[in-house]
Amino acid sequence: MSTLHTSPTSSVPPAFDVARIRADFPILQLTVAGKPLVYLDNAASSQMPQPVIDRLVRYQTTEHANIHRAVHYLSETATAAYEAARVTLQRFINAREAREVIFTSGTTEGINLVAQGWGRQNIRAGDEIILTVLEHHSNIVPWQMLALEKGATIRVVPINDAGELLLDQYEALFNERTRLVSVGHVSNALGSINPVKKMITFAHARGVPVLVDGAQAAPHLAVDVQDLDCDFYAFSGHKLCGPTGIGILYGRAALLEVMQPFKGGGDMIHTVTFEKTTYAPIPNKFEAGTPPIAAAVGLGAAVDYLSSIGMAAIAAHEHALLRYATEQLGALPGLRLLGTAHDKTAVLSFAVQGIHPHDMGTLLNSEGVAVRTGHHCAQPLMARLGVVATSRASFAFYNTHAEVDTLVASIFSVQKVFA
Amino acid sequence: MSLDSKALYQEVILDHNRKPRNYGELAHPSHHAEGVNPLCGDHIHIALDLKGDTVERIAFHGESCAICKASASMMTAAVKGKSALEAKTLIHEFVDMATGRVAAQDSPHIGRLAVFSGVSALPMRVKCAILPWHTLQAAFNAEPSASTEADADPMHTPMGDA
Repeated sequence: MSTLHTSPTSSVPPAFDVARIRADFPILQLTVAGKPLVYLDNAASSQMPQPVIDRLVRYQTTEHANIHRAVHYLSETATAAYEAARVTLQRFINAREAREVIFTSGTTEGINLVAQGWGRQNIRAGDEIILTVLEHHSNIVPWQMLALEKGATIRVVPINDAGELLLDQYEALFNERTRLVSVGHVSNALGSINPVKKMITFAHARGVPVLVDGAQAAPHLAVDVQDLDCDFYAFSGHKLCGPTGIGILYGRAALLEVMQPFKGGGDMIHTVTFEKTTYAPIPNKFEAGTPPIAAAVGLGAAVDYLSSIGMAAIAAHEHALLRYATEQLGALPGLRLLGTAHDKTAVLSFAVQGIHPHDMGTLLNSEGVAVRTGHHCAQPLMARLGVVATSRASFAFYNTHAEVDTLVASIFSVQKVFA
Repeated sequence: MSLDSKALYQEVILDHNRKPRNYGELAHPSHHAEGVNPLCGDHIHIALDLKGDTVERIAFHGESCAICKASASMMTAAVKGKSALEAKTLIHEFVDMATGRVAAQDSPHIGRLAVFSGVSALPMRVKCAILPWHTLQAAFNAEPSASTEADADPMHTPMGDA
């Protein structure tokens, strides 16, 4: 594990030893197409450091059994590891209580849980749900399904050309039928950091709860759900150096307690007869069936790893990469950056004149550079920007300035192929 | 992904991308179809005139990557003046080659289209190359549209999530 220790409250970022951090990530040593891997698809999924891999191996080697059931040694060990991970996640987002942290399969399940568990009880015909044009499909489709079932309406907050939400238009969307706001903390396609705290304050003043899709924020920013005062906050483990198949939904305890369960099954009940079932208290009410125990333990280890580096140090390094990459990419003739919000994470979506993103992605791969190309599961946003697809380089704390140089040189060589 | 992704972008493909042949629209075509790859946004229209059994005129237009555009361009050049049966034979040969089921040297009619054989090593790009051919098949069948996402499409592979 990295031996860097920083105070998360320190405003001056310490020297960031990226070489030392990279040594923790075995996959970053790979060569692709005979070139050193330059992994710039972190918004899709990040890589896993050795301490997390080791934690998974240790759990599976010495601690595994089913949780919350038996009284034998391994069941108690596994239960303790699983619940310890919940506490680690609680602290990571500064939730009041561990029972406000529900393990899910990822952000998508977290949003669907709220749409089904809260939405079906609270949304009626004619009600309105506010989303934004920046949303990932996973924060659009669950609400459309609910709206279709209930006869509700989706209202959409627009953006300016830089990819920033128009707050006055957000405020103008509220009326007496507004029941929920669901907004991404950070845009996956553009990196725009949305002013969610302001948006929550405005919504709460009108009695409207807010879900924040934190999939692209939790890996890059310090998240404090009490400071945000959000009602729900969802994110995925695999975007913050953890395993796939695990994520969390934070929910305010008072809301979670009155919500209906999303899935029925074992581990979520209090008593069952064929006449009536009473449900377990939160969070178990929402965790039917055997959860991905190892993945939850691994996510706890990933959060410990990130915390050992410090989210402030991570954000500072990534911001330096963003500034450098923006400057370097911006200097390439024929390249247009999409998404130039003032507040951004290190995501650079771009279009290069005369070169389709898919050709760009394939040819960058031949230089060892991994970027995402396509619509980024944000087709409404692509339509707003007037493109069908973009190329997207998304950075993590283990990326380097030299990798920005490789990206720029590789784009230039692709331009030469098409010249 | 394979080591030779760059090798696919040969001069002949780049040339057809830069200067696509038979690019544009046909007035009152006898057959027409629209092909879409919803995952990447490739979108092409193919229109043709069958006179008797001969593809007398053919044109395409749309928005797509270089692989799709060059494939459409070379396809229209290859089937122009051919019989519908010959064109359909070529469709099968091309799709079999691009998907790696049959080698280019075992495809008797493939000719210059062999430049696309390398795409079989790039599973995410196979659909780009075969979209024009599926669309041509749809035009012959007088189906209103083709999609690389159809259930019947053996090449359907889901793309990643963001």
